[in-house]
Amino acid sequence: MAKLRGRGIAAINYPIGMNLGGDPSQALVHSNPTGKFTVALSSIDLGQGMKSVTRQICAETLGVPVEDVYVDTADSDTGPHCMGSFASRGTHRVGNAVMVAAQEARAVMMEAAAEELEVNASDLVTDGKGNIHVKGAPHRSISTKDVAIAAQFKQGRTISGRGIFLVPLSAVNPETGEMSPATCYAHACLVAEVDVDDETGEVTMIRMDSAYELGRALNPKLVEQQLVGGAWMGLSHALFETPEPYYPEPIHGPRDFVEYLMPGPGDICPHDIAVLERPAADGPFGAKGPGEMCANPVLPAVANAIFNAVGVRVDDLPITPEKVLRGIRAQGGARPQTRR
Amino acid sequence: MAKVALQFFHNGREVAIFADAGTNLLTVLRENIGDVSPKFGCGQGGCGACTVIIDGEARLSCLTLAETISGASVTTVDGMKDGPALHPLQQAFMDHFAAQCGYCTPGMLMAAKALLDRNPTPTRDEIVEGISGNICRCTGYEPIINAIQSVSTSGAVKR
Repeated sequence: MAKLRGRGIAAINYPIGMNLGGDPSQALVHSNPTGKFTVALSSIDLGQGMKSVTRQICAETLGVPVEDVYVDTADSDTGPHCMGSFASRGTHRVGNAVMVAAQEARAVMMEAAAEELEVNASDLVTDGKGNIHVKGAPHRSISTKDVAIAAQFKQGRTISGRGIFLVPLSAVNPETGEMSPATCYAHACLVAEVDVDDETGEVTMIRMDSAYELGRALNPKLVEQQLVGGAWMGLSHALFETPEPYYPEPIHGPRDFVEYLMPGPGDICPHDIAVLERPAADGPFGAKGPGEMCANPVLPAVANAIFNAVGVRVDDLPITPEKVLRGIRAQGGARPQTRR
Repeated sequence: MAKVALQFFHNGREVAIFADAGTNLLTVLRENIGDVSPKFGCGQGGCGACTVIIDGEARLSCLTLAETISGASVTTVDGMKDGPALHPLQQAFMDHFAAQCGYCTPGMLMAAKALLDRNPTPTRDEIVEGISGNICRCTGYEPIINAIQSVSTSGAVKR
């Protein structure tokens, strides 16, 4: 009986978005008479930070404070079409659509400001604090609020913009199967260290070290948060989760949170993360997106670490103690592999 | 269904209501009183989203029969902040990005408050133990534990 230490590594390429019938998302941006902006989306923020990131993108593009932008999401009755929050496509697809919409709205806002200041719109700049002024002459200034009021009540102009970002359907070469499903790829590498108990088959996580390359991190704290949580989501797939974890009959499967296995606060281990930023040429401000790929490298890395520890190759998930133990028995005992 | 008279303290305020016999505390809080800060997760004590503090103890409101809390003092996340000032734990959760989707957050805050109220300087293991009945499906336990630890070591918890 012993606890055997093993180390495994995995590296992944992760395509951003998908390629079914083309992959579009839309956004609408308009100003309110108070000079605040609303972004209408039907994209869903399920905790990953879509609202925060699209808000940043809109504010940056318009040249207004982030506080002046409100993002209204997740109602497909009132928001323009979105394919959805999946395939790590939110920041890239929706972010690009918001950027296009905000650019159009900004152009109208600058025209309206130009009319008020009696100058040419191309001579105007935003200060990012809620003002528009003549380039090189900050005193020739008007607030975005006053521009919004003038546009609304005097000029009869809507400060608004439409945006769509579409990655068109990529045809498949019938001869080779070749296609181009994504416009950019994120990358990750993760090293997992585990202890495997050769008597019980239990796997304990010791530590994880990872590097993620995901384009420009528009909101570094949200990126970190996704990477921390996502790695454990991956670990949960690797070691815990299945509707029928340990028994052959579905009747023995879990029915609820009490019986469905997930990692708890006591199961986590230290995880060091390095974020590498290699901006995507077609990403909003160079962003790709962390999304699903924060979970993906964990599964093969853990499977490799278990192999390294006891010499058992488990190729169906989750890697339960039972499967590890059966593997150890089948080969007549643990066979620790070389540590590199 | 027969109604029963209930009197207890909700975040320091005395409430007296009639509730259906056999109703659980979570339903009373959310539907009779309108305090929706405790969340309905699994409804059977498996996830901790409905955690409230009853007379100083963290309890699962979905498993607590409302009739059993007569005269008791019930604290929810709604009663944590003092006017506009957030409770130090709430502030720490914000500062440490300890929420993603946010559904487990009220239960986590309650479990953490109950822990710190009886043990202001818990070890990391004690914090893990203190929130072990709460599931975070975004698996953001690390920032949650960090947030609680920051409050415990800074000594900012007074209440």
